[in-house]
Formats: sequence, C-alpha cells, structure tokens
Amino acid sequence: MAHETRRGAAGTTGAEIDRLIQLLARLPGLGPRSARRAALYLIDRKESLMAPLASALANAAERVGPCPVCGNLDTVDPCTICRDERRDPALVCVVETVGDLWAIERSGAFRGRYHVLGGTLSALDGVGPDDLRITDLVARVREGLLSEVILATNATVDGQTTAHYLTDMLAPTGVAVSRLAHGVPVGGELDYLDDGTLSAALKARRPFG
Amino acid sequence: MDWHDQGIVLAIRLHGESSAIAEVLTASRGRHPGLVRGAHSRRLSPVLQPGNEVEVHWRGRLEEHLGTYQVEPVRQRAALLLDDSRRLSGLAALCALAEVALPEREPHDALYRGFQVVLDALVADGPWAALIVRWEVQLLQELGFGLDLSVCAVTGLADDLTHVSPRTGRAVSRAAALPYEGRLLPLPAFLGGAAPAEGAPTGEDGVPPGDIAAGFALTGHFIMRHLLEPRRLKMPPARSRLVSRFLAQPGTSGSVFSS
Repeated sequence: MAHETRRGAAGTTGAEIDRLIQLLARLPGLGPRSARRAALYLIDRKESLMAPLASALANAAERVGPCPVCGNLDTVDPCTICRDERRDPALVCVVETVGDLWAIERSGAFRGRYHVLGGTLSALDGVGPDDLRITDLVARVREGLLSEVILATNATVDGQTTAHYLTDMLAPTGVAVSRLAHGVPVGGELDYLDDGTLSAALKARRPFG
Repeated sequence: MDWHDQGIVLAIRLHGESSAIAEVLTASRGRHPGLVRGAHSRRLSPVLQPGNEVEVHWRGRLEEHLGTYQVEPVRQRAALLLDDSRRLSGLAALCALAEVALPEREPHDALYRGFQVVLDALVADGPWAALIVRWEVQLLQELGFGLDLSVCAVTGLADDLTHVSPRTGRAVSRAAALPYEGRLLPLPAFLGGAAPAEGAPTGEDGVPPGDIAAGFALTGHFIMRHLLEPRRLKMPPARSRLVSRFLAQPGTSGSVFSS
C-alpha cells in the first residue's frame, strides 16, 4: 500500500511510463521521485531529447565494450587511448575502475596508457586476484615494451593492499613500479585535513627547493 | 535506544550509493555492525578504514536492529601503514580474521585490548607479527578453544616443549613427540616452545621467520577447525597472504622445529 502511494502515478499512467520511471529510478543519484521528474521532463521533450537519448543508449548498448588491451570502455577495439600513437607506450598507469581512468584523463597530466584492474582485492566482497585483470597486466609487462608501471589505486587499505600485491607480482619482471603520492591536496588547509592524511603527508615529505 | 562506545573499524561494506555498513569492534559490545550514512564523503571515507579507532554513537529502535552509526575519528592508524606492505598485510589479516571469527554483539574486553596492542605495534617500528599470532591464541582462548601450551600432554613436564597435538591443542615435549613428529604441529619458542637453534636467522620481530610461520600454522589450524569450518567458512584471503609472506622469507625452512 505504502509502495503504491509512493509510486503515485501507478494508477494514472500506462505501463510504459511506469516502466520508464522504474528504470530511471535505478540510475545512481535518482530515487522514485526524481525518476518521475526525469520521465516527465523527457516526455515533454520527446523529439529534442527523448528520441536522441534513446538512440544514443541503444547505440552505446550495442557498440560499447571493454578494450581487450587495457579494459577501458570504448566503441573501437582496441580503445582510442591504446590506439593513440602520441601517447607514451612505455608508461602504463594501473587504475581500479574506468571511472578512475576518466578522472586521470580529465586532469590531462598523464600521456601514457592505462590498465583497468576492475576493482581491488577485498575479502569482504569475495574479490581475489583471479577476479581482477592482474594476469593480463603481468602479461603486458612481460612483453618487454614497458619501462614503468604507475600504480594509481585508491589510498585505502584495500587499494594499497592491491598495489603491494601487484608490486610483488611485477617484481620478477624487473619493470620500474611507482605509485601516486599521498598527502595534502591542492588548496587544502592543514587545519581541515584529517589526521590520517596529515600523517601520510608528513611521512612522505621530500626535499624542497 | 542508543549508546556511545569506542571501537576499531574492521570492515566496510557498501550499501546503496552513499552509505555503508560498518563492522566495528567495540570495547563493550564486541563486533557490532551499523549503517553509516554518507560513508563515502570526503570527511568519512578516510575515517572508515580498517584499523582506525573511532568513537561511535549507535541508534536503533530495537537492540537487535542494524541501527545507524555516527562516527568520529579517534586515531587513524591505517594511513600510517599504507606504504609498508608487510605491516599493511598484517593489519588487513587481523581485521579480516576478527570480522569473520568474532561473534556479533558479544563483548570480549580482553580481545579488544589485545587488538589495540597489536595495532599500536603495527604503527610503531617494533615487533608485530608475533603479536598477531599471540592475539590469535587469545582469540581461541576467549572463544572457548584455548590451547594448553604449558606442560607436555604425555609426560606432564614443562621442559623442552616442541610440538602441539592438532587434535587436542596440548603441547608435547620433544621426546614424547618423536614417534609422531610428522603428525604434530611445531610449537615456536615465542609461544613457549624450546628455544630456536643458535644462529637461526631472526626477522624484524627478533623472532625467526620460520617460527612466525609455525605460529601462524598452529593458530590457523585451530581457527579453521574450531571457528571457521563448523560454520563452513574459509580462512580470510588477507590472512593467507600474510602467512605466504612469512613462508617466502629466507630462514623459514631453517626453523629448529622442522629439523
């Protein structure tokens, strides 16, 4: 009963609109109420927004897939980043997810290539080494074309445990392994930083000037 | 109802987009879960890392409900260990084992205090691996499966103890162990066994890595047998990875107990 009340439009709209609202409500950041608003917004702009969106969704669903080399998502195989000859092929940045890859790309600070692991080692979620793309990474390194592997896993216990595990796995290959620095963010005021970040920053201090 | 307590974060499980279920080892209520809203915020995500000490305020309508936690940081140890692969694997193993082995909402004050001691040792520069083994012995004891490592089960003597019976968990002296050596578990010196051979290599703990590995094998056997197998659970992979680190160290096979 409460569920029906919350849905609100259940008795007054057709099954198609209900279905649209239900699917939109599954998107991150949207609940049933905002999904209803989004559905109405789309219906109001059927030609200018809804049809192109539906077409884009269908197109993406059909064509987007993981790159067999790095695990990035793209419509071409291998992905645009792996094909880009202006990028340094000897430098590979290892990230947990495609979202992390996009974050580094947004910064524009890295001009090498990537390797998406697909997560981190996590006992709680039952994620072991075989569930991640670790073997693929080791195989890439063994090809002998890489000079450095940058581990850009998150600064969490799981993220760094995975980074140390990768370091152990890559040690026999002799490739240089580095990781992102942990510490004070740009614009960060010391007074507002958490103790852990401050301690890590102090521990990782380096000569200045 | 609600309560305040101090605790140590053991694990975080994502729940929805912005919340998480935190498993916290509290001082007076044991391992206790609770929902943390906004767990992925910039303020809370560094706090909700395994091994961090927190002040929690739990609220729920009934005692048996999941309830919600409000969390404030007390001591953030995890950040200090992120660079040290061995100590970080120690932290991960300890938290994973506590999360899987400890019963929910059952206070174990001694275990909580022991846990704090091990965590302090992990962030200090001193020995830590032997302390994890000792905490595991304490875990077995607290949960009713204590090992008797004080005297030989056969002779009743307290001298020259070298092995432990995998069935009874009682120590066995060198002489009594001789006919059954292949079937017994080695008892390392730091748990009351005979002193290691002179000149045996010592690790960063001041204990031969072989003894640490033997200690993990000993506690691992009884943890599996008494705490995990009856519940059809497996040893947490984080602990297995920690043990492999010690097994891979030079000097592991040179332990007095394998001779």
